[in-house]
Amino acid sequence: MARIEDNISPATARSDISRKLDTVFRSGAAVFSILILLIAWELFARSGKVTMFMLPPFTVVAETITRDAMSGDLWINLAVTLYRAMFGFGIAAVGGITLATLMSRVRVIHWFFDPIISVGFPMPKIAFLPVIILWLGVYDVSKICIVVFDSVFPVLTATLAGIAAVEKELLWSARNMGANERELTWQVVLPAASPQILTGLQVALPIALIVEIIAEMVMGGYGLGGAMMTASRFANSPGVFAGLVEIAIVGFILIKVMAMLRRRLLIWHQETA
Amino acid sequence: MKSAALRYLPLLLLALLWEALARSNIVDSLALPPLSKVAVSWIDLIRDGELVDNGAVSLYRLYAGLGLAIVIGGALGMAMARWRTLDAFVNPLVQLFYPLPKSALIPVTVIWLGFGDGSKILLIFLGCMIPVTIGAYNGARGSEQVLVWSARSMGASRLRMMWDVVMPSALPELLNGIRTALALAFILMVSSELIAAQQGFGYLIGYLGSTGAYEAMYAVVLTVAFLGFAADRIYQLLMQWLLRWRE
Repeated sequence: MARIEDNISPATARSDISRKLDTVFRSGAAVFSILILLIAWELFARSGKVTMFMLPPFTVVAETITRDAMSGDLWINLAVTLYRAMFGFGIAAVGGITLATLMSRVRVIHWFFDPIISVGFPMPKIAFLPVIILWLGVYDVSKICIVVFDSVFPVLTATLAGIAAVEKELLWSARNMGANERELTWQVVLPAASPQILTGLQVALPIALIVEIIAEMVMGGYGLGGAMMTASRFANSPGVFAGLVEIAIVGFILIKVMAMLRRRLLIWHQETA
Repeated sequence: MKSAALRYLPLLLLALLWEALARSNIVDSLALPPLSKVAVSWIDLIRDGELVDNGAVSLYRLYAGLGLAIVIGGALGMAMARWRTLDAFVNPLVQLFYPLPKSALIPVTVIWLGFGDGSKILLIFLGCMIPVTIGAYNGARGSEQVLVWSARSMGASRLRMMWDVVMPSALPELLNGIRTALALAFILMVSSELIAAQQGFGYLIGYLGSTGAYEAMYAVVLTVAFLGFAADRIYQLLMQWLLRWRE
């Protein structure tokens, strides 16, 4: 953190400058790489070696995205996808943390859920998608359900591991100072486990997005994945690539926001220092 | 033995609950066929070869894609960790593609390579490459500079040094990256086959579901779930064996 800057030594000052130069070089290289990628895409698509269907030029794709944004379709699809993915992710987060906390406190609950989690975690749960469609239909409920089903497991395992790793001394001192079980959970155990819980959430978030997109592709309807599928059915290749770019941007922003949130929430923790 | 039985008892209870619910008239037996009937149709599926044929296609796609991702992603990650210029230019692209929900590539790979094996292998390769690359990269960055210098000064070529020094020290993180990739490969395999395929587990699940053969559909779903679980367990054993030289 910035507070130690007062007594900075010449040696660290120099390495500070070289670190800054390095950062400049790296961000320059980053911009360069991404620009090269876009230019290569454009040139390759226009070279005549591939058909317009196989790879529409980037400018055409960008035009498609702008047109969708103007007509409002983009915003409807975006809102629907985000609503279902984030609602499912929210349920998985709250439910996963709650269940894992209960498991760490009540032995019967632990006994019941432990084998289910250890078998369920590595399973490809997306295979159950047709079963969920069979039960709940093809609307929002079933899409949110599969998102919860898939993204709850990383939250559960991370929370369980985080709680198990809480230092015994912390618990002893809190108990010694008269904390009851409730206070212990809310003021000691969960905060101490929060770095690992947040890691679990950071694993679960991309899973929620991946699964939401798959669910939309299988079930159809509104949403960024659904729109991609519709475009694909009508052999509208710029529409498909526009969907890819849109989904990539959404994924990128969500993951950055999550990382920022982590730094904010763990400002007290040594990892952010 | 007894403790293992007690540990996995909840799974048995779930199975019994499933059977009881399906046999009672509380839920529609079409929506939830009894587990025993699912087992019977599983044997039928094995006997007429449908499950084995489609399964072989699926597993071939999965391991071909994953294998390519391990070789290319692993080499790329280690090379990035050793050569700073390569790192400066390739890392931004890795960062850019890392958060992409990989399932968005499904229609794109279909446009490129059609409905067959090629598009699935490409999809699984692209999806799995990023976690493997990041694992190899983080692992190789942690390899001790002193060891690299000693190997070089004793006359090891750059390639030799990569294989003998960087690779072993990158191994734990690389193997963790591959574990993530393995789980992702199963997800991409099933979902791409559900969406656009004429063969494979996912296709079979979709086909059986659309013809109303729900008992058989459940049998395939459970088979895929079990295979994913088993693959992870076997991989964990392999990981332990490969890392047995560590204290």
